[in-house]
Amino acid sequence: MTRIGQQSHLEIVTDLSHLRSDFPILDEKMNGHPLIYLDSAATSQKPAAVIEALDDYYRIGNANVHRGAYTLATEATERYEGARAGVAAFINADPDEVAFTRGTTSALNQIAYGWGLYNLRPGDRVLLTLMEHHANIVPWQLVSRHTGAELVYVPYTPDYALDLEALDELLDERVKIVGVSAMSNVLGTINPIRHIANAAHEMGSLVVVDAAQSVPHMPVDVKELDADFLAFSGHKMLGPTGIGVLYGKRELLEAMEPAEGGGEMISDVQLESSTWAAIPHKFEAGTPPIAGAIGLAAAVEYLEHVGMEKVRRHEIEITQYALERLGAIDELTIYGPPEVSRRGGAISFTLADIHPHDIATILDQRGVAIRAGHHCARPLARALNAPATARASFYLYNVLSDVDALVDGLHEAREIFGVA
Amino acid sequence: MSLNELYREVILDHYRAPRHHEHLDSPDATAEGNNPLCGDEVTIELKLDGDVVSAIGAIGVGCSISQASASMMSEAITGKSRADIDELVRRFKVMMTIEESDDDIVDPDRPGAALGDLEALQGVRKFPVRIKCADLPWTTLTQALHST
Repeated sequence: MTRIGQQSHLEIVTDLSHLRSDFPILDEKMNGHPLIYLDSAATSQKPAAVIEALDDYYRIGNANVHRGAYTLATEATERYEGARAGVAAFINADPDEVAFTRGTTSALNQIAYGWGLYNLRPGDRVLLTLMEHHANIVPWQLVSRHTGAELVYVPYTPDYALDLEALDELLDERVKIVGVSAMSNVLGTINPIRHIANAAHEMGSLVVVDAAQSVPHMPVDVKELDADFLAFSGHKMLGPTGIGVLYGKRELLEAMEPAEGGGEMISDVQLESSTWAAIPHKFEAGTPPIAGAIGLAAAVEYLEHVGMEKVRRHEIEITQYALERLGAIDELTIYGPPEVSRRGGAISFTLADIHPHDIATILDQRGVAIRAGHHCARPLARALNAPATARASFYLYNVLSDVDALVDGLHEAREIFGVA
Repeated sequence: MSLNELYREVILDHYRAPRHHEHLDSPDATAEGNNPLCGDEVTIELKLDGDVVSAIGAIGVGCSISQASASMMSEAITGKSRADIDELVRRFKVMMTIEESDDDIVDPDRPGAALGDLEALQGVRKFPVRIKCADLPWTTLTQALHST
């Protein structure tokens, strides 16, 4: 039985604690305590390098892209396209296979409305998983209303892995799209994307990967995964909000229709119809999030400097420690794989009959920030029979003592609620 | 801010042993409320005897504050007339700073006076994100009353 105030006796091997001083917000106090931020699966904190890149752009580099005939605009365009090249290289894609979007949600909507709307027919199926975030469910529901395609869900196994046998059974010639999360934002489960892509391709289906949780936390290579489409957000990987990425294989993007029309995305506009700009610009209607792209490129540079292998190793260690300490608390239930090798650093749990919101309030009074609720995955919450869970999630700036603070707060919650 | 002010003994008691936590046979009025952000759910069922709420079912799942508020509310309104309930709802919303007091009946230093046990929920005011939890059953009650 662990007690309040117990300190970690472990030394972390992949020590990244020297990076903490790069994150100004970690010096803040919350409710009189140092901020202990355990909600990076919702959004990550930002290093000074990213904040400064945004600041620099607005102070000395601001101009619209792709249209000005003056030096400032040319430089802004170069920085924006340079950001694209940097972000593309980060996932081993070519720059023209990367379109900037508002975020993962916007990218997934573009795929549903740009590919799904034009290619799905009545009788077709979109195969999703029960682990999906609403962002990879609702766009397909909306598009299904127009196409008549049916949504089918792959369940998960009792040990919180995707049920690959069920996937094999459900994957037939009716399936045109397999939509799968690379890493569950609730369970933490890492799904075998390459295996799923191979199986889907054999049946003539495309694979759409929601990589919002994986790209920030582990090395991701779109060619290795053989993903047809892949989406992720800047703000979960040290970058700003309002910027994300739609990756697609070149031939698919070339054949895909734009979901939004407007300036910047056209080749020519006639009164009745228009022709599109080349990829990726045909997916970037209107003035793009220029500062966001530049900020995301700075985040990518920061992560590359640390090394994504190291980020992943650090997360494995801290998650292992958290699973051990949380697992030692009576009546605490963890929803997710027990083995760190097949999971990321988002740990969802419940504690006795204490509602997750009450847990979050009690932790907040100690400066510990966690998420409580259904985490935008209500179908999964229902399947788990846990309408709400508490979730702690880690990133490269977290240290073992953050886990100790979490555990101390959970013991206080037990005391307040009189859990013996 | 003190957690003891939020998690008063009476609140935890209502959370653990919610009153009137049963469906009614053929209720005269029903409303369902939920908070999509946090998943709190409350169903209010009312049996009306003329102008008086003769029985209530307050069923739900959610955090201690939402469920205790529903339980305490169900005790407070049973046997009361619509006019009395409207006044109670108003006083509750003033106490929770959801509505401003437009008269001097409510003591600004002790806005929960005359609310009985419900005064225990006053501590929620200091935790702004939780006010909507406490308010959910009351909003749902109002919907149920207006549905008839």
